[in-house]
Amino acid sequence: MKRFFSNLNFTVGFTMSLVVVLAAVLSLVWTPFDADKMNAKNRLQGPSWTHPLGTDQYGRDTLSRVMTGAVSSIIVGLVTVAIGLSLGVLLGLASAYFGKFVDEVIMRISDLLFGFPAVLTAILITSILGPSMINAMLAIGIFYIPVFARLTRAVAMTLWEREFITAARAGGVGEWTITWRHVLPNILSPLLIQGTVQFAVAILAEASLSYLGLGTQPPTASWGRMLNEAQTFMSRAPWMAIFPGLAIAWAVLGFNLLGDGLRDTLDPKMVRMR
Amino acid sequence: MGDRTLLQVTGLVKSFPLGGGFLKKPSGWVRAVDGVSFTVARGESFGLVGESGCGKTTLGRLILRLMEPTSGRVTFDGKDIFAMPRTELLQLRRRMQIIFQDPYSSLDPRMKVEAIVTEPLRATSNRTRSQRRRVAAEILEKVGLRAGDLDKYPHEFSGGQRQRIGVARALCVRPDLIVADEPVSALDVSIQAQVINLLGDLQEEMELAYVFISHDLSVVEHVCDRIAVMYLGSIMELAPTVEFIRQPRHPYTEALLKAVPFPDPHRRSEPVLLEGDVPSPVDPPTGCPFHPRCAYCFDRCRREKPSSEEIEPDHWTACWLNSGRGLEGEQT
Repeated sequence: MKRFFSNLNFTVGFTMSLVVVLAAVLSLVWTPFDADKMNAKNRLQGPSWTHPLGTDQYGRDTLSRVMTGAVSSIIVGLVTVAIGLSLGVLLGLASAYFGKFVDEVIMRISDLLFGFPAVLTAILITSILGPSMINAMLAIGIFYIPVFARLTRAVAMTLWEREFITAARAGGVGEWTITWRHVLPNILSPLLIQGTVQFAVAILAEASLSYLGLGTQPPTASWGRMLNEAQTFMSRAPWMAIFPGLAIAWAVLGFNLLGDGLRDTLDPKMVRMR
Repeated sequence: MGDRTLLQVTGLVKSFPLGGGFLKKPSGWVRAVDGVSFTVARGESFGLVGESGCGKTTLGRLILRLMEPTSGRVTFDGKDIFAMPRTELLQLRRRMQIIFQDPYSSLDPRMKVEAIVTEPLRATSNRTRSQRRRVAAEILEKVGLRAGDLDKYPHEFSGGQRQRIGVARALCVRPDLIVADEPVSALDVSIQAQVINLLGDLQEEMELAYVFISHDLSVVEHVCDRIAVMYLGSIMELAPTVEFIRQPRHPYTEALLKAVPFPDPHRRSEPVLLEGDVPSPVDPPTGCPFHPRCAYCFDRCRREKPSSEEIEPDHWTACWLNSGRGLEGEQT
């Protein structure tokens, strides 16, 4: 543990991410005001002691909404990384193990997916499936599959060449068991690093989609959505845009730094693979 | 040798495709192992020497069926290992094991010593975990480590100690044959001696047969009963160690022996150093693979590949010089 905290990136990233997670968890049980409750009397108020981050056009407390927004962001991050990890690792392992035709097919499909501009295609998918948080997560998650598939394949391929795998074979260990017992544990740290970075990317992607109205739907609070609503009131109530914007920047930066820090400590030799 | 024979290798060939890939035909083939035959008796240690790239590692992997051959046969205790069904092969794994060159790459960094050492036992027998642990503790003591090391990770050990862990893993199933693929070349000279002596002691104690692969003649002659020299995938000469050292009959062996440094400042031998490099196995020379570098090369060597012949009891060479027919050829 000490090893991790001697790394500046990790320490800063960890602290920033922790703030986001704590805010989200806290919002589940307590927020200064009800995040969804409108109050016409208090609309478009600037920052004050009662409303530290001001209120929006319906008189909702911005701080409460920023806190609740963290929940959406974290859910999207978790679900998209889970989609990408589960399918990507499976495909990557298959690709590395079978090689030849299987590898060729999986990797060419990955190339194809990489060829699409991710956000544009996510917009396309969500407009076809209908705008909702679940569809946004699906759209982002699909683009994560090749990211993890490639990483898994690359690391697994070098692992299969290592002598401890040959030793296991010589000891009569089956291929499945080797995959489970030797290959998977040895790709865990690069996956963890990549997962953290993709988590940050997902937060940004969710914000973009919600900003365009294709992600989280009102009245559920989401940082991207809040930015969208703030647009109309930019000159009258700039705090409506500034604080959700800061939240996005904070969270993305935090998880990115965390990923960098993890890489520095877990895998100093690893070149960044995307 | 009769039923003393443990391992018999007959006409073994392994080719690898070059280049090529998806929908692409390989642009050529490398014959890494090119028709190798020999036998190893129970309890014998058989040395396999050769320069890097001569196919000795591939040969070692073939003997253990870690690869499928292009052609040829390997029989272990009378059974063809390439014709074995899976279940039988699993039982075979208990009887032949391997030790690797690199003590860093050969141990899974995420496993504890206990899991590493008992892995072959776990896969091939149905002993309980505590039984396996007992076996592992016993074997660790035997290779000069402590039973308390079972709960450590490989990175807590030095190179020599790691190699001992590798040896313990090979031993825990009590095999009859161990293929030792350059087991000491990655170690310091002082540690090399320790590991070699360990392997020697274990052989006596456990009646092991070794196929000892190395590029270091001085190591092999210390350990082995018989030595075979490989060059470009073929065995050039095979003889009992004493005869091999005293009376090499193949020009390549002669050159190799002269190149072995001798720790005596007064003895000055003029080494007949080999000229040129090992030819590319992609495009091997016609005739005898050694002919472009051979000092005694004559016409026939360029045309025909000599086959291995027994010139004295248990002394085989593949050279036209030693073949009765070879002497009729014109000398250049």
